[in-house]
Amino acid sequence: MRHEHIETNSGLMILLILAVISIGGLVEIVPLFYINETVEKVEGVRPNTPLEVRGRDLYLREGCYLCHSQQIRPFRDEWLRYGHYSLAAESQYDHPFQWGSKRTGPDLARLGGKYSDQWHVQHLKAPRSVVPQSIMPNYPWLLTTKLDYSDVADRMRALRATGVPYSVTQAEYEANVKKFGQTVADQLDISQAEANLLKEARDKNFDGIAGQVTEMEALVAYLQSLGTMVNFSQYNDDEFVKFR
Amino acid sequence: MSDPTQNAQQKPGEVQTTGHAWDGDLQEYNNPLPRWWLWCFYGTMVFGVLYWIYFPSWPVGGSWLKGVGTVDYTITDKKTHQAKEQEYRWNTRSLLLSDLNEAANNEKRKTMLAQVRAASFDQIVKDPKMMEFVRSVGKGLFGDNCAACHGSGGQGVVGMYPNLTDNDWLWGGATGQIHETLVQGRKGFMPAFGAVLKPEQLDDVAEYVLTLSNEAKPSEASARGKEIFHGPVGGCYYCHGADAKGVPSQGAANLTDKIWAIADVPTQKTLQDKKAVVKTFVTKGVNNTRIMPAWKGRLNDDDIKLLAVYVHQLGGAQ
Repeated sequence: MRHEHIETNSGLMILLILAVISIGGLVEIVPLFYINETVEKVEGVRPNTPLEVRGRDLYLREGCYLCHSQQIRPFRDEWLRYGHYSLAAESQYDHPFQWGSKRTGPDLARLGGKYSDQWHVQHLKAPRSVVPQSIMPNYPWLLTTKLDYSDVADRMRALRATGVPYSVTQAEYEANVKKFGQTVADQLDISQAEANLLKEARDKNFDGIAGQVTEMEALVAYLQSLGTMVNFSQYNDDEFVKFR
Repeated sequence: MSDPTQNAQQKPGEVQTTGHAWDGDLQEYNNPLPRWWLWCFYGTMVFGVLYWIYFPSWPVGGSWLKGVGTVDYTITDKKTHQAKEQEYRWNTRSLLLSDLNEAANNEKRKTMLAQVRAASFDQIVKDPKMMEFVRSVGKGLFGDNCAACHGSGGQGVVGMYPNLTDNDWLWGGATGQIHETLVQGRKGFMPAFGAVLKPEQLDDVAEYVLTLSNEAKPSEASARGKEIFHGPVGGCYYCHGADAKGVPSQGAANLTDKIWAIADVPTQKTLQDKKAVVKTFVTKGVNNTRIMPAWKGRLNDDDIKLLAVYVHQLGGAQ
């Protein structure tokens, strides 16, 4: 094929241009589908509970990801400020993942357990009442809006379609018992979703309002779960070096 | 368009043209790329290939080219507590460990940390050099771990998180006491008197409590309240002390000063409102809302010690 032939056939030229410029993308994306050595083998990572699922949806609805990332990079300053760098394994049930790339606020990947539920409620309602220099907006409606959990089972079914092991059949449930243990497997049972959600809300009462399930309840439950699933004290600091 | 005979007419010394002519006489010079530029260009290609060899690069099958570059680091094995030296292939994670080693081996930091570790609280407080170190390291630690609740300056939030810059300490403000608070955490508790005392008795107690800090003048009501406070009915003195100056071992507040940790008295305008906020807390008590988390296990011993001294020097150091 002569050069002149290509230059004078715009249709052919378009096709060839597309082929050339897609090489870069293909080289970066295609290997992700079959490289499996980069996902760390760790214990403890589980899919979200029904309450956390709803909390995560609110995290998306309120656009938290626009200002907060959920990915601690392996740099010294981030290690000191936020803790252990994020693992690929920690986002394996996150669809879509919330790594983000914009940090107007701090990274939230290891937020869970850092502050009390009470602090989160106060901070989401009126951030400047606890952090005067904060520029985060107020989210007072979370505390006054009742959580709509009527469709939580559907939401889990949708996640299941993307590969999250929420169980429908008895066989799936048993596989979960084997993989995550009884307590977690019960939480992943879609038929019990609503009951589980109400039970977690009642037992832990994240929003501090007894007998009521507010949107605050779900969001704080989700925030308190972030980055807490892997117990890093059982791994040496160089345990995850071999996965990169 | 083009005239192939044009090139043949070129005279020696003239720059070659591309051999095309547009609109009859419009031609384009065909200058060669400058030699230096060309070599730089080839250089980037060589650099690219070396980069692929040294650093992790191309995906291959289910794995990837791991590169020949290496990084040295030292870690402490968590089971045997032995230092382990390791040479590993270059990647951002091994590089991080080597970076952390470099920070830990920073001579100045290392010597200062050893000094602080060996010194008693009194020695640290009296030593300007160690205090300088405490202030510079403590600021970062405080900002990351404490400031979310206690505020970046330690000013706290009335009703929720204690102010650390004043002279009032629920659990004691000596370095040792602050250290204990940090290590094991604290859980503020006051029983609810709503079911024990009658509403008018609650009013009396609230009035008496306000006289202690000169917010209210002594009256008949406060005299009755005093009896409840110091008597077996209320028994407030068990925790707040006979002088009402608080008992640090109980985390009980000093009621005789103008500093209020929970009931927001100072911002209330009328005596009635002040009484109301005090009464609310006497009625409901304090339970499960005033929790200082334990930091042992979350921070290492050195960091906790540095923080204890840092908080102590924030203000009101006793």
